[in-house]
Amino acid sequence: MEALTAIVIGVLTAASVYLMLARNFMRFLFGLVLLSNAANLTIFASGRMTKGAPALVPYGADAPVGVVGNALPQALVLTAIVIGFGLLAFTLALAFEAYRRMRSVDTDDMRFAEPKEDASK
Amino acid sequence: MSWVLVMPIAVPFATAVVAYLARNYPAGRWISLAGSALSLVASAVLMVAVLNEGVIAAQMSNWDAPFGITLVADYLGAVMVVITAITGLATAIYALGEIPEHVESLGFHALFQVLIAGVTGAFLTGDLFNLYVWFEVMLIASFSLLVLGGGKERLDAGIKYVALNLVSTLIFLSGIGLLYGMTGTLNMADLRDSVAAVENQGLVTVIAMMFMVGFGVKAAVFPLFFWLPASYHTPYFAISAVFAGLLTKVGVYALMRMFTLVFVGDVGFTHEILIWVSALTMFTGVIGAAAQTDFRKILSFHIISQIGYMTLGLALFTPLALMGGVFYLVHHIIVKANLFFVAGLAQQYAGSTDLNRIGGLYKSAPLLAALFIIPAFSLAGFPPLSGFWAKYLIVKAALEIDAWFIAFVALLVGLLTIFSMTKIWGMAFWKPHPDGIDPTPDRAPAGVTRAMIIPIAGLATMTIVIGFFPEPFVQFAQTAAEQLLDPTDYVETVLGVQP
Repeated sequence: MEALTAIVIGVLTAASVYLMLARNFMRFLFGLVLLSNAANLTIFASGRMTKGAPALVPYGADAPVGVVGNALPQALVLTAIVIGFGLLAFTLALAFEAYRRMRSVDTDDMRFAEPKEDASK
Repeated sequence: MSWVLVMPIAVPFATAVVAYLARNYPAGRWISLAGSALSLVASAVLMVAVLNEGVIAAQMSNWDAPFGITLVADYLGAVMVVITAITGLATAIYALGEIPEHVESLGFHALFQVLIAGVTGAFLTGDLFNLYVWFEVMLIASFSLLVLGGGKERLDAGIKYVALNLVSTLIFLSGIGLLYGMTGTLNMADLRDSVAAVENQGLVTVIAMMFMVGFGVKAAVFPLFFWLPASYHTPYFAISAVFAGLLTKVGVYALMRMFTLVFVGDVGFTHEILIWVSALTMFTGVIGAAAQTDFRKILSFHIISQIGYMTLGLALFTPLALMGGVFYLVHHIIVKANLFFVAGLAQQYAGSTDLNRIGGLYKSAPLLAALFIIPAFSLAGFPPLSGFWAKYLIVKAALEIDAWFIAFVALLVGLLTIFSMTKIWGMAFWKPHPDGIDPTPDRAPAGVTRAMIIPIAGLATMTIVIGFFPEPFVQFAQTAAEQLLDPTDYVETVLGVQP
C-alpha cells in the first residue's frame, strides 16, 4: 500500500511539474491543484497506513482499543485541504479577472508590472 | 499566563472583524488604528513578560506538548512581535492619508489586520503545522491586499506573487509531511531531539533542504526572489511598506528558527549552502537595484540584497553572527518600511515614482528630504545610524572566522547600496522637476501630509535612537542569539523540565 501511494504521489508531482512549466496560466493552476494533492497525500502517508481500523473510541471507553489508524495526519490533511481550497478559489478568481483585463492567459503576454522583454533577443 | 501570548494574535483578529463590519463608515479606519495601538500594548506586555521571565510558553486548550499546539516566545519571537506591532501602527496611521475610501470599503483594514495577525502568529507558534497555517493566513491576506484596487499592473503582479508563493507553500507542506513521517511529532521543541535521534541523517538533510527552499522563496533569497521585484512596486504604498517590512522577514525568521532549533545535524552542509546563497542574494539584489529607475523598484531590489545580510548572520552560525542577524532583522524592518513610506509621500508631491519624471523635492519639501536621508543612509550602513551597527556586527563575525571573501562581498554591497541611494537622492530630490512644477507639500490633499509624515518621522526617530544608543539593543540581540544557539531554555519551557 505504501509503495502504491508513493508511486501515485510521484506521478502526481511529475504531472504537476509538467503542467506548471506551461506558459498557459490555467495549466499552471491545474498543476498547482495536483501538487497540492500530492502534498496532502504525502502527509497522509507519513502517518502510516493502517487497514480497516478507524480511530474510533468504543462507547464507554476513554481511548481507542487495539491498533487503530493515526488520526492526526487525517486532521492535518483536512486542514490543508480546506486551506488549499480557499487559496485555489482565490487564484482562480484572480486568473479570471486577469483574463478579463488582459485578454490573455499566456504568461508571456503578462508584462504589465515588469519591463517588456527585449524583442531583439 | 497564556493570555499574554494569545493577545497579540487575538487583538488584530478581533479588530479585523469589527473593522470589516464598519468598512463602509469612516469609523472603520479609526477602529483599525485603535486596534493597532492595542496590539502594540499587547506586544509590549509580552515583551515585558519575556524580559522578566525568559522564555514563556502556553499550551492551547491545555493539551500538553508535544500533542497540543504550543505558543512560545523567546527573545527573538518577542522582539519580532513588538516590531510587527510598531510597523502595523505606523501603517495604520499612514493609511489614513493614503488609502482612498472606495478601497477601504473593499475591506482594506480588515485584510490588513488579518495580515498582522498572521505575521504575529508565525512569530509566536511553537508548532510546525501551525506555522504553516499562519503562513497561509498571512498569504491569503497579502494576496488580497496586493490586488486591492485592481488594474492590469496589480493583477499581473498578483499572478506572479500568488503562483510562486503557493508553490513554495506546497514544498513547505510536503516537508512537514515527510518530517512528521520520520519523527512522529510536529512540536518544534520536541523535533529538536527527535530529529537528532533519526538514524538516516541523510534524509533529514534532504528534508532540511525542502524547508530551506520553501522558506527561501518567502524570504526572497537568490535564486528564488523573482516574485518580489515583480510585485512590490504595484500596490498602494501603505501595503507595499508593510509587505516590505514584514513578509520576507517572516521567511528569514522561519529559517532562523528551523536552522538553529531543528536542523543542526549537518551544519557543515546546510549552513555552507546558506553562506553562498546569502552572498549571491546580497550581490544580485544590489546589482538589480542599480539597473532600475523607479523609486519602489530600487527599494524592492534592496530588500533582496538586505535579506542576504540576515541569512548570512544565520549561515555563519557563530554567536556574534546570529546576534548581528537578529539586530539586522529589527533594524531592517524599521528602515525598509520607512523608505516605502517616503516613496509614497514623494509620489503625492511630485506625481510619480519614476525617477525620470520627478525631481525638485529637496528644494520644495526639505522636511521629506531630511527624513529620506535617515533611513537611506541607515540602509547603506552609515555611522552612526542603526544600519552601521547591523553591518558592523555581521562583517566582524565574518572576519572572526576568517571568511574574508564574504566580508568583502558584504562591504562591497554596502558601497553599492550608497550608489542606489544617491541615485534616488540625485534624481528625486536634487535635480529640478522635469515638468517644471514645484513639488511642494501643498500638492497633496489637505490632511494627507500630516497622516503620512507622522509614521515616517516616528520610524526615522527609532532609527536614530537605535543608532546613537545601540548598547541595550545589541545586548538584547546577544541574549536572543544565545537562546537560538543553545535552545535548552526554549525546549524545557515548551516540554516541561525532563527528569
